Amino acid sequence: MSRTLFDKLWDAHVVTAETPETPALLYIDLHLIHEVTSPQAFAELARRGLSVRRPERTVATMDHSTPTWSPDLMGQRRYASEQAWSQIERLEQNCARFGIELHGWESPDRGIVHVIGPELGLTRPGMTVVCGDSHTATHGAFGALAFGIGTSEVGHVLATQCLMQRKPKSMRVTVDGSLPAGVTAKDLVLHLIGEMGVDAGTGAVIEFAGQAIRELGMEGRMTVCNMAIEAGARAGMIAPDQTTIDWLRGRRHCPKGETFERAAAEWLVLAGDADARFDRELRIDAATIAPTITYGTHPGMVVAIDQPVPAADTPARRRALEYMQVTPGRSLLGHKVDVVFIGSCTNARLGDLRAAAEILKGRRVAAGIRMLVVPGSEPVRRQAEAEGLHKVFIEAGAEWREPGCSMCIAMNGDQVGPGQTAVSTSNRNFEGRQGPGSRTFLASPATAAACAVAGAVADPRRIGGWRETRVGVPSPRHMEACA
Amino acid sequence: MKPMTRLSSETLVLSEANIDTDQIIPARFLTTTSQEGLGQAAFADWRFDEQGRERPDCVLNGAGASGRKILVAGENFGCGSSREHAVWALRQFGIDAVLSPRIADIFRANALKNGLLAVEIDLVTHQWLIEHPGAQVSVDVDACQLSLPHGRCVAFDLDPFARVCLLEGVDALGYLIHCEDAISGFERQRAARQQQEFM
Repeated sequence: MSRTLFDKLWDAHVVTAETPETPALLYIDLHLIHEVTSPQAFAELARRGLSVRRPERTVATMDHSTPTWSPDLMGQRRYASEQAWSQIERLEQNCARFGIELHGWESPDRGIVHVIGPELGLTRPGMTVVCGDSHTATHGAFGALAFGIGTSEVGHVLATQCLMQRKPKSMRVTVDGSLPAGVTAKDLVLHLIGEMGVDAGTGAVIEFAGQAIRELGMEGRMTVCNMAIEAGARAGMIAPDQTTIDWLRGRRHCPKGETFERAAAEWLVLAGDADARFDRELRIDAATIAPTITYGTHPGMVVAIDQPVPAADTPARRRALEYMQVTPGRSLLGHKVDVVFIGSCTNARLGDLRAAAEILKGRRVAAGIRMLVVPGSEPVRRQAEAEGLHKVFIEAGAEWREPGCSMCIAMNGDQVGPGQTAVSTSNRNFEGRQGPGSRTFLASPATAAACAVAGAVADPRRIGGWRETRVGVPSPRHMEACA
Repeated sequence: MKPMTRLSSETLVLSEANIDTDQIIPARFLTTTSQEGLGQAAFADWRFDEQGRERPDCVLNGAGASGRKILVAGENFGCGSSREHAVWALRQFGIDAVLSPRIADIFRANALKNGLLAVEIDLVTHQWLIEHPGAQVSVDVDACQLSLPHGRCVAFDLDPFARVCLLEGVDALGYLIHCEDAISGFERQRAARQQQEFM
């Protein structure tokens, strides 16, 4: 029988099959943990006198509560609270006690969990990957079955390396044609969520396919899969191809030499059979996608950046527009912004920083705008600094910080103030997500950087054409974008 | 966990769709290493203003909310972050059941592991419940049935495994630990296969 990519991965990891009475037992190859959703799971293990069954299959990092300020002269770090500090300390204790590798403060590889997994070659095609974090679908970009779990399930994996799961439904989203110039993976996925709705994927695993997906590099594919959860999906995935293999070759935890080539041949045949059937199909034409931004309070409330915001025709939309202080019937171009955040597991990789720096080079962050640039990991930070990107950001007036989740989840002290409006490259624009009373527009790194320069929502395609504009001299076109 | 067989309560109604787990418990409360003390954080930014005073217009505040164990919520309840803290906070706030036309996957999985009955109900029943906040509803976990006023009964779907866990007050970890032989067998088989492939 023909099988999809998802079917193949599922079948290869079933320990005991599903019955009407019990879900299937699914084997987990890679378990990633961090400080926020693991302490209660370790406590449960300790309470029951259990050990970690396969400690070498769990890898830890610290990212959510970690300050992004550099340590002071005494080496002290500026934690948001005593409790945040003790959460980090608890992770260190748990990893030491249960024999789990931790990428802590001293590690040259520390970073956001969904950035470092792929970076280290821990995430590979054909694997099952879980983490107590809903953006685990990011790893699906490599043709892995990767999904977020709660803390109870973190405990299940620590104790047994397995999860009890009913097989989700399958859905394929095919993006035909090529993305227009100036349109990025973030625009693509925001557009898709807008088309599908925020609960269209509930109970399903989405496979992203089609020419526009194939043409994305691995970073772009990670951005797309990362936000599968924002369409409600259990996971998002993309079949491995030569792009996947080239990206993984030479990574620390990948096989080496001849063994790698044999593994790569295995990975290539994971792609679904040509006649495999999906429970649901959706097709989208890439040519119709423009730089896209959210206007409301969930990631499905999106609009092409130069198009009018829809009318407040439902109670939900009315409430959202009121919260966001957005006027329906007009585009967001020129809407005043207070904060710009470039970072998160969605968009804090090297390519994202390069895209933002491209726009900021030789320009200034507009007066009164606070801009934070937070690399996804230590390796991203080092590479960005080697390329001089940090200088571009600092000279433009942005803050260049240490790796972490930062303002995306806003639990480490990096926050958007009450009543302030941010343009963020993160993944959620829920009410108060970036701080109590904060407002968020989600967009691509290029759009976010353009907004920082303009001091208001701006179209990156128009900023891109302003290369001749001198720092500090507002051009007529600049004014036009802000109007 | 305490076994849950039956539950009877007046309802609390939050009719908004897409209530995400950041609303149920804002991220700033997640620096804890414990499951306890989260009831006060449940819907904190809905219940309290910037000064920490109760918002009088919030249905979760005041005498009307206290003692109500069944939450009727708009569709796609619990979307967003996987934080199990959302379930712990709701439980500690006093909620034992969530009824919605659609419940986000991770939230539902988390809920059912913590004795919070999270089930999907049909749109007609949901609409009636939204229009009648405070209605007396009974839940029979064994029969997977809701009883509404005027003698109306409505069936709901509940995963048979989750149903047993709720009825007996046990969690899945105990079951999983007893699968050790199957898990070891799977690992051995796979190791042998991989060795063959890469010889």
